[in-house]
Amino acid sequence: MTTPVLSIRNLSVEIPTRGGVVKPVDGVSYDIAKGEILGVVGESGAGKSMAGNAVIGLLNPPAHISAGEIWLNGTRIDPLQGEAMRRLRGKEIGMIFQDPLTSLNPLLTIGDQLAETILTHLPVSRSEAEKRAVAALEEVGIPGAAERIDSYPHEFSGGMRQRVVIALALCAEPSLVIADEPTTALDVSVQAQIIALLKRLCRERGTAVMLITHDMGVIAETADRVAVMYAGRLAELGDVRDVLTAPQHPYTHGLMASTPLASLGQRRLHQIPGSMPRLTQMPDGCAFHPRCPQAQDKCRQAPSPDLADGRASCWFPMMAEAAE
Amino acid sequence: MLAFIIRRIGQSILVLLIVGLVAFSMFRFVGDPIDNMLGQERTIEDVERLRTQLGLDQPFPVQYYRFLEGAAQGNFGVSYRQGRPVSEILLERAPATLELAAVSGMLAIVFGIALGVFTAIRRNGATANIIMATSLIGVSLPTFLIGILLIYLFSVELGWLPSFGRGETVQIGESWTTGFLTISGLKALILPSITLGLYQMTLIMRLVRSEMLEVLRQDYIRFARARGLTDRVVNFRHALKNTMVPVVTVIGLQLGAIIAFAIITETVFQWPGVGLLFINAIQFVDIPVMAAYLMLISVMFVGINLIVDILYVFIDPRLRVDRTGAH
Repeated sequence: MTTPVLSIRNLSVEIPTRGGVVKPVDGVSYDIAKGEILGVVGESGAGKSMAGNAVIGLLNPPAHISAGEIWLNGTRIDPLQGEAMRRLRGKEIGMIFQDPLTSLNPLLTIGDQLAETILTHLPVSRSEAEKRAVAALEEVGIPGAAERIDSYPHEFSGGMRQRVVIALALCAEPSLVIADEPTTALDVSVQAQIIALLKRLCRERGTAVMLITHDMGVIAETADRVAVMYAGRLAELGDVRDVLTAPQHPYTHGLMASTPLASLGQRRLHQIPGSMPRLTQMPDGCAFHPRCPQAQDKCRQAPSPDLADGRASCWFPMMAEAAE
Repeated sequence: MLAFIIRRIGQSILVLLIVGLVAFSMFRFVGDPIDNMLGQERTIEDVERLRTQLGLDQPFPVQYYRFLEGAAQGNFGVSYRQGRPVSEILLERAPATLELAAVSGMLAIVFGIALGVFTAIRRNGATANIIMATSLIGVSLPTFLIGILLIYLFSVELGWLPSFGRGETVQIGESWTTGFLTISGLKALILPSITLGLYQMTLIMRLVRSEMLEVLRQDYIRFARARGLTDRVVNFRHALKNTMVPVVTVIGLQLGAIIAFAIITETVFQWPGVGLLFINAIQFVDIPVMAAYLMLISVMFVGINLIVDILYVFIDPRLRVDRTGAH
C-alpha cells in the first residue's frame, strides 16, 4: 500500500483558557491519499479549521498540538518548529483561505506576490519566476495574464482574486492543499467555477486536498471521501457516496436532512434541535447525545467509540434501511 | 494627479490666509510695541506719530492686508527691535533651527520605526516590555525638563557636552551657516536634538507598534506565512509597508511640530534659531517678526501635509484613481 500524502493520527489541539483547558480538536485521525479530495464538514466551531491550521503549523498561540501525530509523505511533521516548518509551508502544503478580499496584500502587485512565493521555494532566477507567475495565472484562468500580472488585488473581482489565491497556493506545486472554506465568501454563481478549477488543478497534478467546508453541496460535488466533525471529534468518515446516501451517524443524518437539495423538493428543511455544546461545557458521554433523537443510556455515560472499528463514532450506528 | 495637487495647493493657501488673520487679530493682546520702542521720556505726540507711521492705528484687517501685500512681494517689514528687514533676520536664524529639526526628525523617525517594529514583533519579550515601559517616560516628561536633566547630567556632572549654543559654525554660500562640519558644532547638536526628538520618537514608536500589531492580525499576513515566506519578508515587506500608511501622516505632522516646538528646546539650550527669535520678539511685541515667523511655520506645516498626501499615493496603489486598466 502506498504512503498517504497526509496522515493524521489521534490529533488533539488544546487551548488553555481561564475556565480550564479546552480541546477544539480531540483525537482525530484520517488519511488523504495522492490526488484524493477529502471533504471535512461540520458546524462552525467543530474544529475543522483548527485541524487544518495544526497541519500547516499556523495555530495561533496559546492553541497547540497536545497529542497525536501528523505525517506528510511518510515524514512526521508535527514536532517541526520555526524554520523547518516554514520550508514546508507553501512548498509541500499550500493553503487557501476563506476570504479572497482579505487574503492578498493590498500594496503589492499580484505578480510580486507570486514571484516572491516562487523564489522562496524554487531555485529559479527572478526572470524565470516572473515567467512562472504568468503561467500560474494563466492556469487558473485569469484572462490576459501577462498584462494583469502588474495589477493590484483591488483591481480584481472577488472570484478573480480567489483564482489568484489558488495560483499562489499551488505555484510551488505542493503535495497537499488545505482549502479552508474556499467558496464561502463568494457569489453562488462563482462558487461552482472556483470548485471546478480547484478540482481540475489538483486532479492534473495529483495534489491531495483537504477541503474544509460546511456546504454539503460542495462536498457531494467535489470530495472523494468525507470526514464529518462534531465538537472536535470525528463523527463519521467514509466514501462520499456511502456517507451521503446512507449516513450511519445520527449527526450526519441530521446534517443531510437539513441541507437544501433542489431535487428532493422538501417543503420544510429539517432542523437538528439545540446547538453544539460549548467547548468549556462538554456533556458526559457522547458529545452529540443531548441533540440525538436516538440517544440511550449508554450514550449519556460512555464517550462515543473510536472510529477504528467502524465508519461512524456512534454506539448505535444507523443502518442503511434506517437512513432511508 | 496634477489636478489633485493643484486642488491641495489651493486649499493650503486658504489655510495660510486664515492662520494669518487669526494671528493678526491676536497681536493686539500681546502688548503695545510703542511702549518698548520709545523710552520713558516720550510725549503723547511722539507716540501718536510713531503709531501712525507704523500703521498701528489702523484696524487689524487693514494691518493684515498691508502685511499680505508686502509678503507677496517678499517683504516682511522691518523688525521694531533690531531695525533690520525681517526676512534677513529669519534667513540668518533659519539654518540653526532647520539643522536642529532635521537631526531630531531623523533620530525620531529612525529609532521610532525601528523600536516600534521591534516591540511589535517581540511583543511578549522582556526587552520589548522594558522599551515600552521606558517610552512612557518619554511621552510624559515635558520637553524642558528632559533638556534640563540632560544638561545637568552631561554638561554639569560629566562635562562631556556643551550646555548651550551651536558651537563653531561654518559659512556655506551666501546665507547658510552649518554646525555639521565642526566637532564642537556636532557636539552642541547632540543634547538639543535628543531633547527635541525624544517625544516624537516615543510617539512614532508607540504608533508603529500598535499599527503593526493590527496589520500582523490581518488575513494577508496569515496567507503570507502559509505560503512559507520567511519572517523577515513577512514582517518587513508585507507588514511594515501596510503599517506605514497611517504612520506617514503622523510623521508628517510631527515634523511640523518639531520645527514649531523647537521654541522650547531653543530656549532651554539658548540655541540661536528662529524659535528663540520668536520668544524674544514676543517679549518686545515685535509684530513683523512674530507675523513672519507664524507664516513661516504655517507654510511648513501646510507644505509637509501636502507632501504627505502625495506620498500616500505612492505607498497605497488603491488611491491611484486615474490608473488605467482598472476594472
